[in-house]
Amino acid sequence: MATMTVAKAINEGLRATLNHNAKSLLMGEDIGALGGVYRVTDGLLKDFGPDRVVDSPLAESGIVGTAIGLALRGYRPICEIQFDGFVFPAFNQITTQLAKMHFRSSGKLTVPVVIRIPYGGGIGSIEHHSESPEALFAHTAGLRIITPSNAHDAYWMIQQAVECTDPVIFFEPKRRYWLKGEVDTENPGPASDPFKAHVLREGSDATIVAYGPLVPVALAAATAAAEDGHSIEVIDLRSISPIDFDTVEASVRKTGRLIVAHEAPTFGGIGGEIASRISERAFLHLEAPVIRVGGFHMPYPVAKVEEDYLPDIDKILEALDRSLAY
Amino acid sequence: MGSTQLPTPRINGTGQQFPEGTESGDPATGMVQLLGPDGTLGTDPVFSDYAKRLEPEQLRGFYADMAKIRRFDQEATALQRQGELALWVPLTGQEAAQIGSGRASQPQDYIFPTYREHGVALTRNVDLSELLKLFRGISNGGWDPTENNFHLYTLVLAAQMPHSVGYAMGIQRDQKLAEAAGSNDPKAAVLAYFGDGASSEGDVHESMVFAASYDAPVVFFCQNNHWAISVPTEVQTKIPLFNRAKGYGFPGIRVDGNDVIAVHAVTEWALEHAREGRGPVLIEAHTYRVGAHTTADDPTKYRQSAEEAEWRSKDPLDRLEKYLRAEGLADDAFFDQVKQDGNELAAYVRSTALALQAPDIHDAFAGVYAEPHPLVAEEQAWFTQYEAGFESEEEAGH
Repeated sequence: MATMTVAKAINEGLRATLNHNAKSLLMGEDIGALGGVYRVTDGLLKDFGPDRVVDSPLAESGIVGTAIGLALRGYRPICEIQFDGFVFPAFNQITTQLAKMHFRSSGKLTVPVVIRIPYGGGIGSIEHHSESPEALFAHTAGLRIITPSNAHDAYWMIQQAVECTDPVIFFEPKRRYWLKGEVDTENPGPASDPFKAHVLREGSDATIVAYGPLVPVALAAATAAAEDGHSIEVIDLRSISPIDFDTVEASVRKTGRLIVAHEAPTFGGIGGEIASRISERAFLHLEAPVIRVGGFHMPYPVAKVEEDYLPDIDKILEALDRSLAY
Repeated sequence: MGSTQLPTPRINGTGQQFPEGTESGDPATGMVQLLGPDGTLGTDPVFSDYAKRLEPEQLRGFYADMAKIRRFDQEATALQRQGELALWVPLTGQEAAQIGSGRASQPQDYIFPTYREHGVALTRNVDLSELLKLFRGISNGGWDPTENNFHLYTLVLAAQMPHSVGYAMGIQRDQKLAEAAGSNDPKAAVLAYFGDGASSEGDVHESMVFAASYDAPVVFFCQNNHWAISVPTEVQTKIPLFNRAKGYGFPGIRVDGNDVIAVHAVTEWALEHAREGRGPVLIEAHTYRVGAHTTADDPTKYRQSAEEAEWRSKDPLDRLEKYLRAEGLADDAFFDQVKQDGNELAAYVRSTALALQAPDIHDAFAGVYAEPHPLVAEEQAWFTQYEAGFESEEEAGH
């Protein structure tokens, strides 16, 4: 067991991957000498050299496009996109090429590319630096999307992403980069399957589903609700595509109430997908409509008002009140 | 990682010696031409040497390939007109650019085509009936790209360009390891095709930046066929496209794309250049799409027939036939045989295409992910049950 931040856990996970898998390599802007703008790749250039830790030209489509080519040649590229809002120049490569290569080759070609994207707000940054674009990718068949919420998961999930034969988008909760946690580098334990959700707190009155940066918020909301006598179950989704509906459904069958929280806008988001699936699977077990807590239908606002925009403990508690009162 | 690092980006983008090739070509246009439209062989300070290496058998092979692929093109167009293909993308007029470049590649090289490189496919021994699967709605690919190192067609313009550079970066790393292990395997390069229309896409720019930065062993082969559907090259570029290479810091060569001997020579030179670790090359093959962009296109709406006639007078097959006959390298019997082979190929492709079986939707489910996926499995199970419902209704006599 070691205590480390989420950022350090990803760094250690990448280091383990580079050590174990000779075909793996990192690509991205400023990931070499600087160690990335969040220092997630700090020290890796020094230890693995510029063939394995590639400072790329400043071109996101080029990064993902060349990663696809490297994967076709048998490599396992791990790309860093510097910020969520800067992934869109690569959107074409990700959705029309990366996601479809296995499909359009009838399974003859695989492109095991990992795309790391720091995402989410709450860091007081300028525009295009606080977005949550996961639903745009989840809508595309052929991609897998995972996001850790703590250091232990981060350490294992980045390695599992690289081992996966399918392309994986790895969303990193940037405002949790400095969150410390215990990491067991010997044994993944319950983190052995990156596509399974985790029940982090058991409860009987309602379920909160969250992922990435909102997991600590959901846990805090559950603690606050407990003070009011409500027993709240909290699920860390971990995987956004595929979604582990079985774990969510089992919880809802027990609690009868479901809140889904994410920073991304609710309209067309992951919460809507979960609400719909759970309504289909467990309609007669629901005591209240599934309630979504998420961003408004607006571009991510300026930092001075982001607290009003972001789902927080109070917004989740308000949703819980509505659900429990139904 | 030791002392033998791959080249790191040259910050100033300079330092690349331009090749002997820049002295080649017409002084006014830069065009490298060896075999003129009248069938006479000219000279070039660099590329004549490459032409001299060609055996008569190879020259006859170039002609046979070009004639074959033109006949194939006619047959596929006919199949589309008869409703057997959803669409066809004709290559007629571009035979020399494709056969000349494809024949310059080695088996260990990897090719990234656009969606019109039927001639290159022929040179890579791809079964041509496989090409029709895409256009008949049977498969999005059809052939196994790893079998002949010939990638799937890419329909999103220029999207294959960064793939080609990444693949070349992989070759670079593989070769470094192989050399360290004392391997004598032949060196490889990547040959990536694109068109004058696609040259405007950002992915072409990014690819050339990456290739230059890492000295990737890739040859960018632009078939400038003068029309991007209805828009002429002048709208894509103010300068000859091969000149853009200079801006990236690697050699650019303009070649008469209807001259199979010159195309073969410059591509051979460029691939050697790339394989030897001297970095990328851009080739602009000046050619013409004699037919429509696709069978859904109508060129009479946007271009003059006089222009088409002018280009027909520069036909790549005619000029090689003139040369082969004048030099006594081929006779009537040869050309009759070529015609017969073409007809046999056409008959084979037609019968094979018509016999192609429609795939099963369950194959599509299986192709979405390489590893098991619960949502795909759930939807497939639902669909299986849904289908079975119809069958049991039929059995019950409804």
